Amino acid sequence: MGDKYKNEFGVFGERPQVEKKLYNAKYIFTGLAVFLALLILPLLPNLGKTVPAPQPQLDTPAIKKIAEKDRKCVMPTDWMRANHMQMLVDWRDKVVRTNEKGAPNGRNFESPDGRKFLASLTNTCMDCHSNKDKFCDQCHNYVAVAPNCWGCHLQEGKTLAEAK
Amino acid sequence: MGMDRREFIRIAGLSTLLGLGGKGAFELLRPGQVEASMAAKPEAQAGTRWAMVVNMQKLNEAVAQKCIDACHRVHNVPDFHKPKDAKDALPPDVQNRYEIKWLWTEHFHNAFPGEEHPNMQEKLAHLPFLVLCNHCDNPPCVRVCPTKATFRREDGIVNMDMHRCIGCRFCMAGCPFGARSFNWRDPRPYVGDTFPGYPTREIGVVEKCTFCAERLAQNLLPACVEVSGGALSFGDLNDEKSQVRATLKKYFTIRRKVHLGTNPQVYYIV
Repeated sequence: MGDKYKNEFGVFGERPQVEKKLYNAKYIFTGLAVFLALLILPLLPNLGKTVPAPQPQLDTPAIKKIAEKDRKCVMPTDWMRANHMQMLVDWRDKVVRTNEKGAPNGRNFESPDGRKFLASLTNTCMDCHSNKDKFCDQCHNYVAVAPNCWGCHLQEGKTLAEAK
Repeated sequence: MGMDRREFIRIAGLSTLLGLGGKGAFELLRPGQVEASMAAKPEAQAGTRWAMVVNMQKLNEAVAQKCIDACHRVHNVPDFHKPKDAKDALPPDVQNRYEIKWLWTEHFHNAFPGEEHPNMQEKLAHLPFLVLCNHCDNPPCVRVCPTKATFRREDGIVNMDMHRCIGCRFCMAGCPFGARSFNWRDPRPYVGDTFPGYPTREIGVVEKCTFCAERLAQNLLPACVEVSGGALSFGDLNDEKSQVRATLKKYFTIRRKVHLGTNPQVYYIV
């Protein structure tokens, strides 16, 4: 049979002899170069630059009013830095599901050192951290996360609104 | 590949046997559970059971409007007739189609279909019946919700977890009272002055009256009851000394569409 090339109608003929080489190299390499250029283009403006690490600001009026030694969040700062997202999700579920079968009133949160808080993003967290741009957004932008809290929740709680 | 007739009949027969046996096994291990989970029986009442009584003898257009405004203000309910910015104005038909309402008024023949007749008291036809979510004992919306975003609390409030709502609108189809509204578009531009401390909603979720669960948690009466000047009363049905129990004992009351078996908990004094 040799190097015959066969189709569904049977033996057809000799396999065509094709030279083994890269055809159209000119176009292929140009295309590759353009593709790589496009790929790299968005990265170029930031090349060699360092983006400054976020510096969350704590200088809101509500925090300044508290004496230096009493400036404590609901949980220790380090813990909050690592786990605030999980805590907010826990609060959310507990508050919304209050009094569902088997669920207690989840609106009250007690910190490990015994202080009591209302579990609420807008009405508790934002009372102190009223500077959303400088406190929340700065870090979230830096690490490129987009929490969707603010689609519904307002930045301003009752206490803040009344204070104004 | 494929299966012949003999094979098919063998597998079909075996699965039938297994199916019947499965039910039997269930009955042996957990007697009564299969049927129990299919029945739509509410649990026995204990603890608090919130309910509302609407006294139509004290209610008129002005009072009803006051209640609606109070409710919609404290819950940031959008009004599509009044955009904050003129560029968000909607065509009139869309304004009505997108309407979101927690508390609104209906005519007698719409609120109580089947109860009306041509010779009834003339006054009835013109009364603004204040209607809202009935916080049913046997809520169809809860049964149809595929994500358990809507749930019934132990104190009888049928509440919603907006974080879980996927906007499928099964609950709207399930609710026989039309108490639920869908956010066809972002409501923010149509919430006049946002009420601080209470969230708005986003595009694509369903919302409804919550019996002011957030106010009850602070020992406050629902917003509509507070401004109604006695036309609405609210309280715990399981508490003999509560205002609702006293009112229900004193007056003859009716409820909406009782024949549907949802056991609504908003009572009307006509």
